[in-house]
Amino acid sequence: MLKKDLGLLVLIIVVGAVVAIINPRFLSPINIANTANLVGLFGIFAIGQGFVIMTGGIELSSGSVIALLGVIFVDLIANRGVPWPVAAAIVLILGFVIGLVHGLLITRMRLQPFVVTLCGLLIYRGVARFYTQDGTAGFPFGVNFPDLEWLTTGRTDLIALATNGAARSIPIPHSFFIMLVLAAIMWIVLHRSVFGRYLFAVGKNEEAARYSGIRTTRVVIAAYIICATLTALASIFFAMYTRSILPSGHGNFYELYAIAAAVLGGFSLRGGEGSIVGVILGTVLLQELQNLVNLLGIPSSLNFAVMGGVILVGVLADQQFGAYRERRRVAEAARQTAPAESAAAR
Amino acid sequence: MTASAAVPLAGSPTEPFLRLAGLRKAYPGVVALADFSMDVHPGEVIGLVGENGAGKSTLMKILGGVIAPDRGTIAIDGVPYDALTVGGSMRAGIAFVHQELNLFDNLDVAANIFIGREPRRGGLLQLVDNDKLHSTVKPFLDRLGANFSPSTLVSHLSLAQQQMVEIAKALSFNSRLVILDEPTSSLPIAETEKLLQVIRGLKAEGISVIFISHRLNEIVGVCDRVVVLRDGRKVGTLEGDAINHDAMVKLMVGRDLRVAYAPPNIARGAVALSAHKLRTGTYPHREIDLDLHAGEILGLAGLVGAGRTELARVAFGIDSAHGGHLRLDGQPIRLATSADAVKAGIFLVPEDRKGTGLVLDLTITENISLPNLPAYARNRIVSRDAEAKQAEVSKRELDIRAADLGGRAASLSGGNQQKVVLAKWLAMTPRVMIFDEPTRGIDIGAKSEIYKLMRLLADQGVAVLMISSDMEEVIGVSDRVAVMHEGHITGILDRDQSSEENILRLAVGRPLH
Repeated sequence: MLKKDLGLLVLIIVVGAVVAIINPRFLSPINIANTANLVGLFGIFAIGQGFVIMTGGIELSSGSVIALLGVIFVDLIANRGVPWPVAAAIVLILGFVIGLVHGLLITRMRLQPFVVTLCGLLIYRGVARFYTQDGTAGFPFGVNFPDLEWLTTGRTDLIALATNGAARSIPIPHSFFIMLVLAAIMWIVLHRSVFGRYLFAVGKNEEAARYSGIRTTRVVIAAYIICATLTALASIFFAMYTRSILPSGHGNFYELYAIAAAVLGGFSLRGGEGSIVGVILGTVLLQELQNLVNLLGIPSSLNFAVMGGVILVGVLADQQFGAYRERRRVAEAARQTAPAESAAAR
Repeated sequence: MTASAAVPLAGSPTEPFLRLAGLRKAYPGVVALADFSMDVHPGEVIGLVGENGAGKSTLMKILGGVIAPDRGTIAIDGVPYDALTVGGSMRAGIAFVHQELNLFDNLDVAANIFIGREPRRGGLLQLVDNDKLHSTVKPFLDRLGANFSPSTLVSHLSLAQQQMVEIAKALSFNSRLVILDEPTSSLPIAETEKLLQVIRGLKAEGISVIFISHRLNEIVGVCDRVVVLRDGRKVGTLEGDAINHDAMVKLMVGRDLRVAYAPPNIARGAVALSAHKLRTGTYPHREIDLDLHAGEILGLAGLVGAGRTELARVAFGIDSAHGGHLRLDGQPIRLATSADAVKAGIFLVPEDRKGTGLVLDLTITENISLPNLPAYARNRIVSRDAEAKQAEVSKRELDIRAADLGGRAASLSGGNQQKVVLAKWLAMTPRVMIFDEPTRGIDIGAKSEIYKLMRLLADQGVAVLMISSDMEEVIGVSDRVAVMHEGHITGILDRDQSSEENILRLAVGRPLH
C-alpha cells in the first residue's frame, strides 16, 4: 500500500468517526450494508475509469452507458423473454464493443479522448431515451429473477454462514463482494502483469514506449475496453438495484463520480500514476460523504457542493504535504553533508 | 542583488567585464565547483570545456543568478557581488542560449524575441503593436546575418536558425556577455559553420562569448582562450596556438587519452538489412537504396533534414514506408509497428534520449526490461527478481554508474542514460542496431565506451548503422560512410575515401570530383 493510500484510509476513518459520534446511525448494520452496496456499484466502473486515466485519457460516457445498457438489459429480460445470462452476455459484449470503438477512434483516428467520449455521452443518452420513447423501463408486476436478484442485490451474513446461524453480524451485499474480487484481479493486472507495466509506460511516455517496441495503440484500446466492459457490468447491477430506469436521469454524472474517485485515489489526469487501492478508497470516501450529507441533516441540495469541496481540499492538502516532504528531504540531505563538509575542510 | 558597497574601479579598456574570484559551490556529498577564478574581457571568446559533471553547469547557474556560490565574488565592471540574482544577471548584460531551445514554435520570430515585452498600443486595450515589434527585431536579425524575416513562424526554421533567434533575443537585452551552452550539439556541419560565424560577429562588436561545447574542433576554430574544468576545478587555461585537440583532452581527463577508435573491420559479412527503392514520408519522391552488412559499422552522414532519421524510423517500424521495401537477410519484411522490428532483431537507439529512448519516470530496471518484458514474466505476471537480475548484469557489463537500479532513469547523467538505452537492446539479441546520434551531449569518457561497444557488436556479427552529424565521429568510427542529401543516398565512401571534404561535398548534393 502506498503512502498516499494510507493517508486516504486515515481520512476515511477520521470522517467516519466524526459522523458516527454525531449520528450513531452511521454504524447501524443497515446503513453500513447500504453504503457497502453503493461502494460496490460505483467501485466496479471506477476501476475501469482508472485504467483509462492511467493512459492519460478520460471516459466521459460511463453514466450514459449505464443508462443505455441498463435499459437494454431490463427490456431483454422483462419484455423479450431472453434468459438473463444471455442478456448479461449481450450487455457485456455491447460494453466491449463501445470500448473498442472509443479506443479505435482515439488511437487510429487520433481524436482526443475528451471529444470521443463526450460524443459518446450524448449519443448513448439519446439512444437510451429513444429506445424507451422516453418512458421508464421496468419489470412488469410479478416478474422475478431469483438467481439474478440474489447475485446482484442479495446480501450474505458471512459470520452467520460460517457459524451456521449461531452468531450474527452485518449482511454484506454481493455487489460489494464482486467489486472486491474484481479489484483483486485488476490489482494484479495493473500492478503485476506485463500489460500493467505497459500501461504505466504508455501513460508516462507513449513515444518512448513505442520506441521500446510496445504496441501502444493496443494498450490504449485495451484500457478503453476494460473500462467500458466493467461499466457494462455495473449497468446490470444498477438496473437490478433501481429496478426501474428512467433513461433521462439514470446514471447522470456517474462518470464524474468515477473520475473523482480516481483523482482522490492518487491518479494523475496526465497519465502514468495511480493504484487500484487508491481508486477503491476514493470511491469509499465519496460514498461516505454522500452518506454524511444524509445523516447529518445537511440539505441534500448541497450534496455536490460538499463532495466538490472535500475533493478540492483533499487534493490541495495532498499537494501541500508533498511539497512539505520534499522541502524536508532537501533540508535533511543538506544537514547530513554539512558535518562531512566541515570535516573535510579541516 | 546582494551588493556589498565597494568603490568601482575606473572602466579602463583592459578592465575585465566580468571577474570571478574564488568561487565555490558544494552540494550534499559533492563539491561542484572549487576555488574557481576567471576573467572575461570585452570581445573575448572563451571556450569552456570539461566532461559532464566537471562543474560547467554549476558555473552557468551561478552566472545566471539561479544559485548562489558558497564563497567567492563575482565582479561586474569592477563592482563585486557575493551572488547574482536572475534579474541582476540579466540587467548586467549576461544572456544565455541553452542547448535545449526555449522558443514557442507556434509564434513568429519577432514575438519570441520580445515575449513578455511586446510594444503596446491602443491604450487600455493593450494591443500588440506588431509593426513596431517587427521593425525593432529586424536590425537584430540583420546583425546576425539571418536570412529569415521577423514574421517567420519559428516552426518553419532550422535548428541553427532557431539558435540565431535565441541569440537575437540575447542581443535585444543589450547583452555584453552571451553564454552558449552546447549550441552546436544538434547542428550539422554546414549550419555549425554559420553559428561560428555569428560568434565571430559578436566578438567584432565587442560582445564577450563563453562557448561551451563537447566538439573540440569548434573550440579550436573560434576561441581566444580555453578554460578546462575537471571535477569542479579549473585544471588549465590554453591560449592562442596552445589551443589544440590533444592538449584539451589531456587536461579534461587528466591523462593522455584520445577518443579511442577501434581499428576498422575489413572483413564484413553478408548483407543483413537492405533498402530497395525505399521512400519515406518526408521525401515521397526520392528513393533510397542501401545495403547494410553484418559485421560492419556503416556511418550515415548528411545535413539535418537530409532524411536520415526518417530512414531510421521506417527501418524500426515507427513510420510506414511510402514506397519500396526493406529486406532482412534477403527476405522482404514488413514492419507495421516497432514491435515487428523488435521481433526481427532490428533495434534503434533514438536521437532523443529523454523523449523517446527512455521512460524517465520508470526505474532503471523497468526501462531495461521494457522491450522484452514477456521474457521476464511467467503467465503474464512480471517477475521482479528476473528483472533485477538482468539489470545487475547490464550494470556490470556496461558500467552503468547508478547508486540504485530501482531509482528513476531521470536521475542519471546523460552518458549513463544512454548506456541504459543500450542495455535495453543488449539484453536481447540484436541483428541490426541503428544508432541515431549516439553520443550527442555525452562526455569523452562515455563516448569512447560507446564506440568500443559498437565495434564489439560489429565484431559479433551485428550490422551497425550509425547516424551522426559529428564529422570526427563519422570518420573515426565507420567502416564505410553513406551520405544522404534530400532524401536519397548521394554516395558511399570506403574508409580510405572518407574525408571531411568528400562527405561535405556529398552532403550538399555535389559530385565527388
